[in-house]
Amino acid sequence: MIHCVLHDPHDSVAVVVVEGVKAGSTLTGLILDEDRTIALPCVQDIPLGHKVALKDMAVGDTVIKYGIDIGKVVQPIRKGEHAHVHNIKTKRW
Amino acid sequence: MQKTFLGYRRENGRVGVRNHVVILPVDDLSNAACEAVAHNVKGTLAIPHPYGRLQFGADLDLHFRTLIGTGANPNVAAVVVIGIEDQWTKKVVDGIAATGKPVTGVGIELHGDHDTIMRASKAAKEYLQWASERQRVPCDLRELWVSTKCGESDTTSGCGANPTVGDAFDKLYAAGCTLVFGETTELTGGEQIVAARCRDDRVRAQFMAMFDRYQAVIDRHKTSDLSDSQPTKGNIAGGLTTIEEKALGNIQKIGRKCVIDGVLDKAEAPTGAGLWFMDSSSAAAEMVTLCAASGFVVHFFPTGQGNVIGNPILPVIKICANPRTVRTMSEHIDVDTSGLLQREITMGEAGDRLIDMMFRTANGRLTAAEALGHREFVLTRLYESA
Repeated sequence: MIHCVLHDPHDSVAVVVVEGVKAGSTLTGLILDEDRTIALPCVQDIPLGHKVALKDMAVGDTVIKYGIDIGKVVQPIRKGEHAHVHNIKTKRW
Repeated sequence: MQKTFLGYRRENGRVGVRNHVVILPVDDLSNAACEAVAHNVKGTLAIPHPYGRLQFGADLDLHFRTLIGTGANPNVAAVVVIGIEDQWTKKVVDGIAATGKPVTGVGIELHGDHDTIMRASKAAKEYLQWASERQRVPCDLRELWVSTKCGESDTTSGCGANPTVGDAFDKLYAAGCTLVFGETTELTGGEQIVAARCRDDRVRAQFMAMFDRYQAVIDRHKTSDLSDSQPTKGNIAGGLTTIEEKALGNIQKIGRKCVIDGVLDKAEAPTGAGLWFMDSSSAAAEMVTLCAASGFVVHFFPTGQGNVIGNPILPVIKICANPRTVRTMSEHIDVDTSGLLQREITMGEAGDRLIDMMFRTANGRLTAAEALGHREFVLTRLYESA
């Protein structure tokens, strides 16, 4: 089963695509642009559609998805954690 | 891919895929009479809305352009227009009549609702019987105009439903169809990618002028930022975090190959085949209403969390890749591409499924939104009334 997908191999986050992803599990991630899979740890429960961090990120770091800037880190994020509005914010407006 | 579909060829040569007789109010005051006529003459379609009084300038122009464009759309066989007074009613009637299709206008002032409803019902009954004898004929795929706009997006939109539309758009573009996308604000963060896809510097400058104009609107009216509405609460519940992320998912709808050949103002009709950008709101019903008014006859609507939108005259095909949404809201979904996220189907296969559903819809299959009676008709306003 594929648990999460990322678009570009350089992305720093992946999207969980199944329900019931729990802390402590190992996730299979599909890289859509390359049609290959990777394994990654998950350290928090993450809902369907929400993002898991693929690496440690510090405040001010740029978050990459689709191989492109999607915003900035506003709270430190560890690899395998839930990445969303509580730790990432837009750079626009 | 098939090269023909069965459509209704209208007087001006355009091809529609539906055969509606529309009872069209010019203004809010005429809704009751329009609905009474549609009640009297079963099978006609009233499309009530809340506007049309004391608008002025560009906002009034857009009002007329939207009403005339809706009546002129080739999915409409004939129109009865009802307005509170004759002059603006005549303006809408004349605009629709330019297509050559049957249209009659009825004014309420000096007559009252009863007499208006009687006169309009007589015309509507004649039109309905006339329309019932129009026949579908084989039409070239190149005559099909297809629009797209996504809604209640989540992260599965960007990796499943939207690139499915993109794959289909690449194929339809190569086939010579007329295509449109829009959602000016929801390109924020991906605007340079869209700009790079424009045909030439002239189109690129036109696109960037529309994009920058809207950014200025935001700067003028925002309180802190747009974080309370972009992304929406539904987007955030679905996992989308920032407008940039939402935009990059949004622009998956324009595929990887097709080129943006031109830009359109709201409810403006394209002048040739290819992919067009329409400067528009990102609110689903507003954008889909504008697509219908521009003359598009089939709509691709990818959703993640499950938007239920339809349109009175434009069949809205829903595409979804979120496995929970296709399970919990299955009655709203026309094309399930959730298999993409489990590597069960390829993007090319997903696009082909959508194109197959497009042909079935064009040939007459009712979409989920049509079957469920979704007829959201929402006019875009530019500013307050006089």
